[in-house]
This record gives sequence, structure tokens and C-alpha cells, in this order.
Amino acid sequence: MSSAFSAIRIIQPLPLNTTTTRSPEKPLFDPLKTTSSFLGSTARFCSTSLNKPSSASHLRRSAVVAVSDVVKDKKLNSNSSLSNLLLTKEEGLEVYQDMILGRAFEDMCAQMYYRGKMFGFVHLYNGQEAVSTGFINLLKKEDSVVSTYRDHVHALSKGVPARAVMSELFGKVTGCCRGQGGSMHMFSKEHNVLGGFAFIGEGIPVATGAAFSSKYRREVLKQADCDHVTVAFFGDGTCNNGQFFECLNMAALWKLPIVFVVENNLWAIGMSHLRATSDPEIWKKGPAFGMPGVHVDGMDVLKVREVAKEAIGRARRGEGPSLVECETYRFRGHSLADPDELRDPAEKAHYAARDPITALKKYMIENKLANEAELKAIEKKIDEVVEDAVEFADASPHPGRTQLLENVFADPKGFGIGPDGKYRCEDPKFTEGTAQV
Amino acid sequence: MWGIIRQNVRCGGLPASILGQSLQRIRPVSRSYSSAAREMTVREALNSALDEEMSADPKVFLMGEEVGEYQGAYKISKGLLEKYGPERVLDTPITEAGFAGIGVGAAFYGLKPVVEFMTLNFSMQAIDHIINSAAKQNYMSAGQIPVPIVFRGPNGAAAGVGAQHSQNRLISILQDCYAAWYGSCPGLKVLAPYSSEDARGLLKAAIRDPDPVVFLENELLYGESFPLSADALDSSFCLPIGKAKIEREGNDVTITAFSKMVGYALKAAEILGKEGISAEVINLRSIRPLDRPTINDSVRKTNRLVTVEEGFPQHGVGAEICASVIEESFGCLDAPVERISGADVPMPYAANLERMAVPQVEDIVRAAKRACYRLVPMAATA
Repeated sequence: MSSAFSAIRIIQPLPLNTTTTRSPEKPLFDPLKTTSSFLGSTARFCSTSLNKPSSASHLRRSAVVAVSDVVKDKKLNSNSSLSNLLLTKEEGLEVYQDMILGRAFEDMCAQMYYRGKMFGFVHLYNGQEAVSTGFINLLKKEDSVVSTYRDHVHALSKGVPARAVMSELFGKVTGCCRGQGGSMHMFSKEHNVLGGFAFIGEGIPVATGAAFSSKYRREVLKQADCDHVTVAFFGDGTCNNGQFFECLNMAALWKLPIVFVVENNLWAIGMSHLRATSDPEIWKKGPAFGMPGVHVDGMDVLKVREVAKEAIGRARRGEGPSLVECETYRFRGHSLADPDELRDPAEKAHYAARDPITALKKYMIENKLANEAELKAIEKKIDEVVEDAVEFADASPHPGRTQLLENVFADPKGFGIGPDGKYRCEDPKFTEGTAQV
Repeated sequence: MWGIIRQNVRCGGLPASILGQSLQRIRPVSRSYSSAAREMTVREALNSALDEEMSADPKVFLMGEEVGEYQGAYKISKGLLEKYGPERVLDTPITEAGFAGIGVGAAFYGLKPVVEFMTLNFSMQAIDHIINSAAKQNYMSAGQIPVPIVFRGPNGAAAGVGAQHSQNRLISILQDCYAAWYGSCPGLKVLAPYSSEDARGLLKAAIRDPDPVVFLENELLYGESFPLSADALDSSFCLPIGKAKIEREGNDVTITAFSKMVGYALKAAEILGKEGISAEVINLRSIRPLDRPTINDSVRKTNRLVTVEEGFPQHGVGAEICASVIEESFGCLDAPVERISGADVPMPYAANLERMAVPQVEDIVRAAKRACYRLVPMAATA
């Protein structure tokens, strides 16, 4: 099944007007001559069996561009001039460091869980780092990220310090949510990480709302420089949920600056994507709602980055949402409590061979972007960061008793009026309350 | 495996607690089984109940996330896929609203679905179908279309799934107790088992029942073992819906509880017993309909009441019990009713905070003592 998705296929609706430099009149699309933004509107329109010209409105007419193996060709024919188009040395090192941080952190989480320092549900992201880094590395601080319960690495990539995430996992007061959220609920107002949702599909409408607020601020509140983009991450199982389709519809209808990123790791706990979905090609669901649907190899951070640049650019320019399906894989089970018996070892081995970190390392070394020593130094530095995070979390105190009743309301008068006629929150003994009623 | 046990146990006597209307097979009275009770975990009890009901009635089918190939998210449906095949044990995609609706539709046409929610928190995504399509249906159609469906799943504060290393940690969001919410809906029957006997008997009764039943299990109880009498192991064993069980007789104070809190109440009763307070522990078993006569009879005997629940305090099960007791046995009360419930806050993640947010055995003991002596003034509540 994986071989069928080795290409990048794009379905795009014909653009009405485009502000890009490439006009629709440009006849041919020559992959070797264009720069990395090959997803522009000059796509050559080939008719394939997937082409479904529908109603008269030209907004809805879609075409399939079988840009098969374009980026693959770029890599295979990698001569130095082409490969430098994809990544500079600084960017490469930054991307490598981000992915190593994600991997090292998650491995440390597993260790801490088995030592009893971490508890509850912990869902690890090993193997999917290319998706998180590929997208979030290109975002600004004001852009928002919304994720699911597999959110440690999204928070880290967005800039939440490793110490804060580790403390949150340990349930300490120095965590990013002061120990009240836990593994599945990473929120950070400063870094615009909007969670962390335990229910799949829950985050998508929230992300759509964040995108809506960005558009609203630009158009209604006239903050002309507000071009914040929201990126929503979710999995293949979520794509069968009603909330997903409802949000695709509204995001396309209102042209919201959002990118829907599907981390298709083929498994929802023990349910294979193919057993759960009538049409397993998720990228096709984008054009049904009037937005481009792209499929990309999620084990290759450079390919993801290319697609991300285009999708985020589209959103930032106000052209509307995009749906990006990243074919990826989680090396560990669904959570640390999952025995992971249903997945075929051959499938696991196949994807382990496509580890995004090893792939990037190979790319950087082959193209002389970095040498072994520099990469080793990065790995060592990250190891220290993660160790420091664990020590910090260990040394941090547990939340105090008073924290139980804090932040239930923004206005604690919501606790009502006490027996003495004054607001309960004004009673000096209020914060010593316990679970007794 | 359960089929074999069923045949071996066929000589069991007629269980006294079978609800007549839901009896599918008439059992002749025969000699009583002489061997001692055996132990069974709640998980095995639920599995055996599902197995027996599915084998007795081909219209019963199970659907939910991970019930088939994964053997059940909590292993409740282990072995059922192999036994009954994928047409009767359906792995669904992650669409609670969708598959709950599909279950309700199937029930309209006479099938008997058992819809499993991985946790009852997910049932909130499907609550429109549970209330509007299932609970109200028989009423709105003037009796033409009953809905014999069972919605089941773990309720209440959860733990790290499968945590082998004695970590019983709780997690935010997946913690609400739905007893009070579902218990306020007319048209629904709401059951909350505690022991394996409860689990077996109530689940069988729920599946045989022609009305929509919400079956609130508890994840932390799945692994606990309880002794089962021979009657309970019989395949026609069934507990009546709407009857509470007095787990422990006493004279000084009545403690009502359901699900996991029954265990805590029993422990509290042990502690109180050593201090000279004889507590009567009632296992509610059925939240809707609530067994008011049993509770009131008990209060008339002991004159004091402590209600315990895991859910939020406002509009909770304890509030309903208080109201019922005041309406019917006001004159018999010697002390105000004490309510123990979860804290009135969303569930925090940090270990020490979460311990404070859920009732503990000490809270029950203290409340019972207050009800008995009124020595400790009521703490400032939030």
C-alpha cells in the first residue's frame, strides 16, 4: 500500500484570481525549471481517471496534476545546485535539531513512564517528527498550532521549553499548565499552542475558530497586518469523524487561513485505516469541499517542508485552507499502554528503514551541508537539554492545595455566595477547600 | 470456554432474583449446586454475560471502537470476534455520533445492539442519539417503536490503561461521572454495577430489556475479583432493574453508593465498625429507576444518611437521594443528610490535586461520624 503513495498528487480547483507571480496563462509546468513552489497555479492540467469536471461553475472544476516523482527526481538527480534549493545549512541544522529533540524527548518520556514518574495516558510521537518539524518550523510565533493527544512534539517544535513540557508530564507546578492538564492537554498562550485534545476531532473546530479569529481581526477589526495562520494536526481515524467534514466545509466556505494536516500513520489504536474508511485516500476529501488536497511522504522532512511552504503561504495570502495528507508511521504503540500486537512486523520494519532523522542526516552529509561531527554535537546538546528537563521536573514542587480551586472561573465569583452572604471567593479560608461537599 | 461452563452449571437452582418479564427461558427448579463460590473479575463477568446473551439471541450484536480485533479497548469483548464473527462484533470507525445513531436505527427494527463507548465521556459526542433518538422514542411514537439498545462503557475517573506497575493515576477530561446526567432523562434506564455478580446480572438484564439502558461500568473495577455464587454463574441469571442491594447490614448510619464508591463505602464501614458505629451500606445498582423504598426503609431504621458518589455535587445522585429521603422519611432523620461527591472542579492532572478532587475513604468516615455525632463542623465548601 505504501508504494502507491510514493508520489505527490495534487488536486486543485482552478483559481479565480491569483496574486502570485505565476499567471494561469503560463502554458507548461516544467518541474526542473521552477523553484520549490511547484504547487503554484501553473500546474499542467492532465486528465486522468481521477479528473471529475463537474458543474458549470469554474470554481469547482478540478484537475489532477500527476506530478509524480517530481521531488523524488530532484533528490535522485541531486546535484548540489538543486539540493541547495531545498535547504540551507542553517535551516538544515535547525530542522535536524528539532527532530532530534522530539525523538530524544519522547524516548525519555517512555523511560520516565516505566519508572513511574509519569502517569495516565502518554502517546508518543516517534517516527512522525518530520511532519511536526516540517510544518511548525515554518510558522511564526503568532501562528497557532492545534493538535491531539499526541502533542508533546508539537508543543516542543512550537517553542514551549522542554522543561515546561516535562514538568507538565510529571504533574508539577512548573509545567506549562501548572500540572493541571497533563500529557494530552498542552496549552501555551505565549507560544500559541492551543492544545492538546483528548477527543479526536475536538481540536479541528477549535483550530478553525482560531483561523476565523485571525481573518476577523484582519477584516473586521482592521488589523491589516494580522495574517496569522493556524495549523491543525490530527490523524487518519479523525478523518472519519463528522467534525472533520463540517470544518472542511466551513473553512473553505469562508476562506479561513488554516492548514489541515492529516498525520496518516495508518492505525487508530488497533484499527487499520483501511478497515475503517470507505475511501482511504484522505487527500481526495479536500477538493470535495473546494480546497486543494495534497498527499506527501511524511517520512521525509524536506518533502513535507516544500508542501508546507506552499500551504502556509496560501493561507497567509488569504487564499483559503488546504488539506495535506502526510503518510507517516508511529514507531511505538498508540500509547505506552498499548501492546501493539496487531501491526505487522514487516510493516514496522519497512517504516523503520525510512526513519526521517536518518534520512535527513544522510541527505545533509551527502550534500555536504554538515558533517558527522556537527550532527553528533547537536545530538549531544539535545541529550543534555532533555536530561536537564528531567532534573528540573523532578526537582519542581507539586502544586499546592490551593491550586485545586484556582482557575475554575476567570471570575471566581462564579463559586457563588456563601452562607454568610458574601461571595465565597472572598472568604480567606476559601482556598483551603477540599473535596468534601 | 464459557459455553462449557454453562453446560456444567446447568444443574443450578432457580435464582431468586430473576425478573419475571425478562426471563427468556423457564428454568425448572432442581437440586442446588453444592460447590463453593468461585472468583471472577468484573472483566470476566462482563465478558461472560455478553457471550451468553449473544449466544442465546442471534439479534444481539456488539459494536464499538476496538471491540473486535483489538479484543476490546479494556479487553471486555475478548474472544467474541473469534466466536461470533465480524457481522456480530463490529469494529467501528471513530464516529460516536454515527455509530450510536446506527445502533438506535437497528434497534428500531428489532435488533438488539450493544453499543460500547470506549469511555462514557465519548458518549457526549453521541448524546443527541442517546437522548433524542433512543430515550424519547417509545414515548413519541406512542409505544409503536421501542428501542432495546444498551449503551455501555467505563464511567468515572480512569487510570492509565493497563498500567501494570500499580499506578492508578487519573487524567483530565476523561473523568466525568455520567450517572447524574443520564439519570435525569426519562425514557432511559441507568445501571451502575459494582461487583462481578452485579456486572453479570445487570448486563444480562440490560440486554434483555426492551428499553434503552445506559450501563455505567468502571475501569478501575475491571480487574477486581469478587466471589460468585453458583446461581450467578448460571446462564439465565439476571438481576432486577430498579432494586438496590444491601451490601452490609447496620444500625447506626446508612451509606448509599454505586460503582467504585461501594468499595470505598465498605472499607469506611469497616473502619467505622471498629469505632463502634455500625454502618449499613447500600449498593444502589440502579440509578434510574432509583430504589427509593430500600433507601427510605434503611433510613427509617438508622435515622442517618450519607450519600457517596464520584460525580460533581450539584444536581448529583446524592442530591436526588437527599430530596427523596426528605420527602418520604423526614420525620425519621436525626441528622442532616451528608453528601460526599467529587470536588466541584474539572479534574486536575497533578497527582496530589487529583487525590483531593475525588472522594477518599477518610471523607466517608468523617461524614459518617459527623452524621452520628455532629462533632466536626461542616468544612467550607466550594
